[in-house]
Amino acid sequence: MSDTTPIIRMINVSKLFGDFVALDDVSLSVAAGERVVICGPSGSGKSTLIRCINRLEPHDRGRIIVDGLELDEDMANLRSVRQEVGMVFQQFNLFPHLTVLENLTLGPIRVRRMARPAAEALARQYLERVHIPEQADKYPGQLSGGQQQRVAIARALCMEPRIMLFDEPTSALDPEMIKEVLDVMVELAGTGMTMLCVTHEMGFARKVADRMVFMEAGRIVETAPPEAFFTAPASPRARLFLDQVLEH
Amino acid sequence: MVEAADRVTIRRRSLRPRRLLSSRLVSVLLYLLVVWLILRTALNGAAAMGYNWQWYRIPQFLLERTEDGFQAGELLTGLLASLILSGLAFLLALFLGLIVALLRLSDLVVGRAVARLFLEIVRNMPLLVLLYVFYYVTGPIFGLNRYVASVICLGVYHAALVSEIFRAGINSIATGQWEAAAAIGLSRRQTYRFVILPQAVRFMLPPMTGEAVNMIKSSAIVSVIAVAELTTAGRNIISDTYLSFEIWFTVAALYLAVTLCLSLLATHLEHRLATKS
Ligand SMILES: Nc1ncnc2c1ncn2[C@@H]1O[C@H](COP(=O)(O)OP(=O)(O)O)[C@@H](O)[C@H]1O
Ligand SMILES: [Mg+2]
Repeated sequence: MSDTTPIIRMINVSKLFGDFVALDDVSLSVAAGERVVICGPSGSGKSTLIRCINRLEPHDRGRIIVDGLELDEDMANLRSVRQEVGMVFQQFNLFPHLTVLENLTLGPIRVRRMARPAAEALARQYLERVHIPEQADKYPGQLSGGQQQRVAIARALCMEPRIMLFDEPTSALDPEMIKEVLDVMVELAGTGMTMLCVTHEMGFARKVADRMVFMEAGRIVETAPPEAFFTAPASPRARLFLDQVLEH
Repeated sequence: MVEAADRVTIRRRSLRPRRLLSSRLVSVLLYLLVVWLILRTALNGAAAMGYNWQWYRIPQFLLERTEDGFQAGELLTGLLASLILSGLAFLLALFLGLIVALLRLSDLVVGRAVARLFLEIVRNMPLLVLLYVFYYVTGPIFGLNRYVASVICLGVYHAALVSEIFRAGINSIATGQWEAAAAIGLSRRQTYRFVILPQAVRFMLPPMTGEAVNMIKSSAIVSVIAVAELTTAGRNIISDTYLSFEIWFTVAALYLAVTLCLSLLATHLEHRLATKS
């Protein structure tokens, strides 16, 4: 049953900012363990789409069901969903007044109600996973961008989510740090995590994506397996976009 | 690396003239200069009036010699009472100010309206009138004695500005912090407690210290309803001894000493926070 029931279902979802339609009747289902890469021009609604999945943006129309829970006004539901869904932001958004270890244990202690020693052990285990166990006692400001983003990934993983959302996780990084973050993401993909990534890193997309989603003006224009998408995109808009992105 | 180091030295250099003016030594010297000018004018005036100075009678009001050594005199006791009164009122102002700030930032329409109403009323009323209202009107109704009425009055009055400091501090935190906290499932309350307020405190400490200075200064007003504190102590001594010039100078100097210390603390904190970030 769990194989056939999608872990994320978005059904005719629309999102408006005032009069502006940021998401226009979008439907998308993601199976457990599936890795979806979302791309499209700037302003096409990619961030809005994945931010609706943990309700950082409440949607205006349609339904979103995550792991069997419908996203609505119900705060208890929302908290359960947010424990199931981890998120990594373009700007890292680490808590600058807390050490790396404290950044990682805040959620487990306050939301999952874990004891501090257990939470710290968990945090160290995930720091190991993102290859920076030695940075546990530093503050975010003392780390490089790539290290900060890996801490942010570990912070999300410490909630032991079933789904991970990435919103352009490498866009704010210097080129030499992009690879260390992508490597961690590829390793994560290897563990069977359900992943939705907004990214323009097409090499990463080719390597891990089960499915490509191309967005334009608040709509999903094309959905295709990566080989098909990269070799022969169906829509002219996607072709144009790929030409621009793959140029550099 | 080289670039970063350059930027630091450039910042240092451009800050230097301002730093000099805001340095502790310069501000203390300026303060002392102004005080000296005022004192000199006053002393000349007093001499012209033929005032009979009796400074030798003042120390007893600061420290009294008794059988078991020295004991705080009336003025020092009054100063301590002023500090306790201001401290209690400031705690109340912090508490009310935080609530008002959180209400204003909340999604509750009623909450925001209540906060605005509170601010409009408090801001547009003279402190003295507010004190009379608390002492002569709500005092008898709720059975508040003059001390409690004073603490509540001062706390309410300063809560308005304190709430603005809280609001500015909370608003200074980037929205990404809220989103990151929400994404790991923290509630709004937990987000305030563990993420937003600890960061906002850094921005709020200097203006809060300034507001504490204001509190000490405005606490003198409760002498009009004869609450025992520094200004009241001064008035009482003068009515017994007629040493009005000496006592008022001493009272002023005591207020000055305390507020000056707090102001120095504020500049010190500002400096430390500026260099840290
Ligand atoms: N909070 C907001 N208020 C108003 N408009 C917004 C807001 N967030 C996003 N938008 C608008 O919605 C559109 C889609 O934004 P976004 O989802 O961030 O695009 P993308 O991530 O694909 O670049 C953009 O035109 C953007 O200006
Ligand atoms: Mg975006």
